Amino acid sequence: MTTERTTPSPAGTGRRGPSTLIWIAVSVFAAVCWGVVALIRDEEINAIWLLGAAIGSYAIAYRFYSRFIARRVLEVDDTRATPAERLNNAVDFHPTDRRVLFGHHFAAIAGAGPLVGPVLAAQMGYLPGTIWIIVGVIFAGAVQDMVILFFSMRRNGKSLGQMVRDEVGLVGGIAALVAVFTIMIILLAVLALVVVNALANSPWGTFSLALTIPIALFMGFYMRVLRPGAVVETSLIGVALLLLAIVAGGWVQESSWADAFTLSPTTLVWCLVIYGFLASVLPVWMLLAPRDYLSTFMKIGTIVLLAVGVLVAAPKLKIPATTQFTDGTGPVFSGALFPFVFITIACGALSGFHSLIASGTTPKMIEKESQVRMIGYGAMLMESFVAVMAMIAACVLDPGLYFAMNSPAGFLGDSLQSASEAVAGLGFAITPDQLQAAAAEVEEQTLVARTGGAPTLAVGMSQIFSSAFGDGLTAFFYHFAIMFEALFILTTVDAGTRVGRFMLQDTLGNVWKPIGRVSWAPGVWLTSALVVGGWGYFLYTGVTNPLGGINQLFPLFGIANQLLAAVALSLATTLLIKHGKIRWVWVTAVPLAWDAVVTLTAAYQKVFSSDPRIGFFSQRDRFQEALDQGEVIAPAKNLGDMEQVVTNSTIDGLLAALYAVLIIIVIASSAVVWLRAIRAGGALPTTEIPYRRSRIVAPAGLWATAEEKRQLAAVGGHDGYGELPPDDEGTAPR
Amino acid sequence: MRPLRAVLWYLRELTDESAYERYVEHVRTHHPDRPVPSRREFERQRMAAKDTNPGVRCC
Repeated sequence: MTTERTTPSPAGTGRRGPSTLIWIAVSVFAAVCWGVVALIRDEEINAIWLLGAAIGSYAIAYRFYSRFIARRVLEVDDTRATPAERLNNAVDFHPTDRRVLFGHHFAAIAGAGPLVGPVLAAQMGYLPGTIWIIVGVIFAGAVQDMVILFFSMRRNGKSLGQMVRDEVGLVGGIAALVAVFTIMIILLAVLALVVVNALANSPWGTFSLALTIPIALFMGFYMRVLRPGAVVETSLIGVALLLLAIVAGGWVQESSWADAFTLSPTTLVWCLVIYGFLASVLPVWMLLAPRDYLSTFMKIGTIVLLAVGVLVAAPKLKIPATTQFTDGTGPVFSGALFPFVFITIACGALSGFHSLIASGTTPKMIEKESQVRMIGYGAMLMESFVAVMAMIAACVLDPGLYFAMNSPAGFLGDSLQSASEAVAGLGFAITPDQLQAAAAEVEEQTLVARTGGAPTLAVGMSQIFSSAFGDGLTAFFYHFAIMFEALFILTTVDAGTRVGRFMLQDTLGNVWKPIGRVSWAPGVWLTSALVVGGWGYFLYTGVTNPLGGINQLFPLFGIANQLLAAVALSLATTLLIKHGKIRWVWVTAVPLAWDAVVTLTAAYQKVFSSDPRIGFFSQRDRFQEALDQGEVIAPAKNLGDMEQVVTNSTIDGLLAALYAVLIIIVIASSAVVWLRAIRAGGALPTTEIPYRRSRIVAPAGLWATAEEKRQLAAVGGHDGYGELPPDDEGTAPR
Repeated sequence: MRPLRAVLWYLRELTDESAYERYVEHVRTHHPDRPVPSRREFERQRMAAKDTNPGVRCC
C-alpha cells in the first residue's frame, strides 16, 4: 500500500503572483505558436514556430501535469528510501545525482527511432505528426515512462516482464515476454535496414562507418590495458578519430579505393549480419562498451548542434502543413492518417520500448522518489523535442526531393528521368537536373529512393547546418549526420542482439539446461546465430522486397512498439487499481485505450484490409493470383520477385496478427485483475517493497528550490547531495 | 575554471569513469574488512558484469 506520507513541496506557496503571471505568459506564447503552426496555409512558415509550440507545451505539461501525477496519482514520498539508498552497493545500486541520471536515462531511451518516424510521417505534412509528437508525449509517452519508472523503483528496479508476471499473472507475463522478444527482432531488422539504405553504394559513408570498428577496438584496448577506466579521455580521442574518419571517407570516395567500399545492399546485409554475430559473441569491452561511449557523446553533441542550428538558421518549412496523402495513398507508407501516423511515429510520442529502460538500471539509481518526475517525464519530453527537430529537418526539404528520396525504388524507376516523372505523378515537381544537383551537393551518386529516413534527415540537417554555420561543408555535414545515425543504430544492434540472445538462452535454458549457461560457448553461438538469423531474415527481405522494405516493415515495427506500450500501460493501470487509486486510473487508462484502439485498428487493417497496398493478405492474394496465371505485376520484375512478395506478405501478415492477439491477451488478462481488485473493495496486495525512512537529502528538480537549499545546508550537504546524521530519525515529513 | 570543472565532473559521472572512486569509498566506509581491488581489477569486473547484462538501448 502507498503511504499517506505525502510531501507537499514548498513550490507554489508564497509568491503566487509573479509565478501565475509567468505561466499565463507561457500559455499565451504556446497558444500563439500553435495558432501559426496549425492555422497558416498556403504559405511557408518558419520552423521556429514549431519549436515554440513544442517548448511552450512541454513547459506547461511539465509544470502542471507531471506535478499532478507525481503528487496526487503516484504520491511520491521523499521520506521513503529508494532502492539506491537501501541497497547501495556502489555498483548497480547507488544514489546518482539527478542531473547525471537524467543524462544516463536520456542516452538510453533516445536512439534512431525519434529521428526516423517523423521523417516518414512528413509525407502527410508537418502538422499531423507534430501534433501527435507533442500531444502524445504529454499525455501518453512521458506518463508511461514516469509511471513505470516509479513502480519499478518501488519494487527494487524489477524488470517490466517480471512485474507483469508478478502483478498481472503468468499468461500476461508470457505474452509480454513473447512481445518483447519479437519486437526486438523487428526493431533490429528495421534499424539495420535504415543503415543499409543509408550506406548502399556510398563509399564515403561505408568507409567512415567501417572505420568505427577499428576505432572502437582501439578504444577498448586503451581502456582495458593502457589506461583502465579512463573513459572521458578515451572517448575524446575516439570522437576525434571519428571526425577524422568522416573526413577520410571523402578522400576515399575520390580515390581508387572507392570501388572496394561501394557495396550493394545485399552485401551490406551480410556485413551487418556477420558484424552483429561477432559483436554479440565478443566480450563487451572490445566493441560494445567503447561504441556506447562514442554514441553517447555523438548523440548529445549532435542534438545540441541541431537545436542551435535550427535556432540560428530559422529555416522555412517547404513541405506543406498537410498533403493529399492523409487519405492513405502516399508512397512512403500506405494507410490513412488514422491510425498510421500514430504507428509510424512511436519514439518521440509514445514508445513502449522505453518501459524496458524505465524498469532497467534507472530505477536502481534514483536518489529521491520525487526525481521520477524530472527523469521519467523530463527525459521523454526531451526525446519528443528531438522528434520535433527531425520533423523540421525533413520538412525543410523541397517536397519533390523528399518524395524522390522516400518513395520505393520500384515506384521511382531506374533513372533520374523516371523518378522525376513519378514524383510529378504525385503532384510535386523536381527535374532530373535538380535531382542530380542535390546528390552532387552531398557528394552521393544518387539520392533517388534512399528510403529509411536517415538520408533525408541527413540532407535536411546538412541544409540547416550549412545555412547556420557556413556553406562549403554541406557534404561533410551530410556524412556527419549519416555517421551519427548509423553509429548509434549499430550500438543498438550490438546491444539488442546480445539482450535477445540472453532472453533466448534464458527461455531455452528452461527446456534444456546447458543452453542457458552464459559461459558455454556452443550455446552462446547457437542462440546468437538464432537472434541474428531472425533479424537478418527480415533485413534481407526488406532489402530485396520489390515493394520496398521500409514501406512494408516500418508499420510492423510501429505496431510492435505500440504493443509494448500497451503492455506497459496495462501494467501501470493494473498497479494503480491494485494500490486503491481507481479514481486516478484514467491517467494511464486513457492512453492505454487510445494506444489499443490505434494499434488494433492498424493491425486489423494490415491483416484484413482489402486494399492490397495496406492489407498484407490481400497483397499476397493479388500477387499469388497473378503468379498462378504466370503474370508479373509491377514493381516485381520477374516470377522470382513475385514469389518473394507472396512469402513476405504472408509472414508480415502473420506477424501483424500475432501482435494483435498479444495485445488482446495482455489487456484481457489485466482486466481480470482489475475486476478482481474492484470486487475485493478496490485494492489488492502488490509486490511493493515496504516503507523505510530515507536519510538522503537532495533536490527534486533540475534547480534546487530555496527550501531545498536550506535543507541541504542544514545537513551540510554540497553539490546537491546530503545525508542526515546517523542519530537523526530520518527525513522529517515537511 | 568553474564551468570547465563542472563539465568534466558531469562527463566523468555520466560515463561512470568515477565508478572506481565511488566503489573504493563505499568499501572503505561500509566494509573496512574487505580488500579494495586495484583499478585494473575493478574495471575488469565491471566489464565482466556488463558481459552478462548489457542493458537495452532504445530505438
